[in-house]
Amino acid sequence: MKFALAIYAAPFSVQASQTALHFAQTLLEQGHEVIRVFFYQDGVHTGNQLATPPQDEQDITQAWRALARAHQLDVVVCIATALKRGILNEEEAQRYQQPASNLAPEFTLSGLGQWVEAVVHADRVVTFGA
Amino acid sequence: MSRKVLFTLRHAPYGSAIAREALDALLATAVFGQDISVLFMDDGVFQLLPEQAPGGLPQKTLSSSLSALPLYDVEKLYVHAPSLEARGLTRDELALDGLVSLSSEDVATLFSEQDHLLSF
Repeated sequence: MKFALAIYAAPFSVQASQTALHFAQTLLEQGHEVIRVFFYQDGVHTGNQLATPPQDEQDITQAWRALARAHQLDVVVCIATALKRGILNEEEAQRYQQPASNLAPEFTLSGLGQWVEAVVHADRVVTFGA
Repeated sequence: MSRKVLFTLRHAPYGSAIAREALDALLATAVFGQDISVLFMDDGVFQLLPEQAPGGLPQKTLSSSLSALPLYDVEKLYVHAPSLEARGLTRDELALDGLVSLSSEDVATLFSEQDHLLSF
């Protein structure tokens, strides 16, 4: 079955963020297809590769990066909600003359159209953190 | 391909960014020509009150965007009547035109008619 996941939950703040990760891992283990993961609202912080949790806590950003690499996942961070929260890739950092970028390379910055497209093509849409 | 998508809006307009960003997602989905319904439920019914003036916060007002929904061909607008009643509100004092009032049973039916449910 084709799944599209929307994640609004901030990493390291609410359980929904971990639940989303575990749900995605389980879907893939069970042979389902995750056609797109769309991070929206505070979920965009998941793409921040500068997050440095203590060693005895789950590193959610690293876990998503590993999952994305292992399964060639299409992991999209909403550009409008990301920029205002300080989540930028190199291109956007240059465009807005910011001193640094922080988006992990496995994540793509793109617009809500990517989410709508995923909704159109998915058999199931699951939202985390609403 | 057009899908039947219901946006359920359950949060008050200014206490967090969720109501504003839900509306952004709703309008983007409308632009892409999907068959959209909108349900105001729980504290989401507060988004429908008239004379919102969040300028002092400062925030942008949501109600002008809500009243633009028909321009995006979003015309299936619903409000959960028990949510209004629980908050001491009535259908007559809401700002949005064309709202249909639903019982909890009606909401269950509305959910079952959709391809996808998006909750904000």
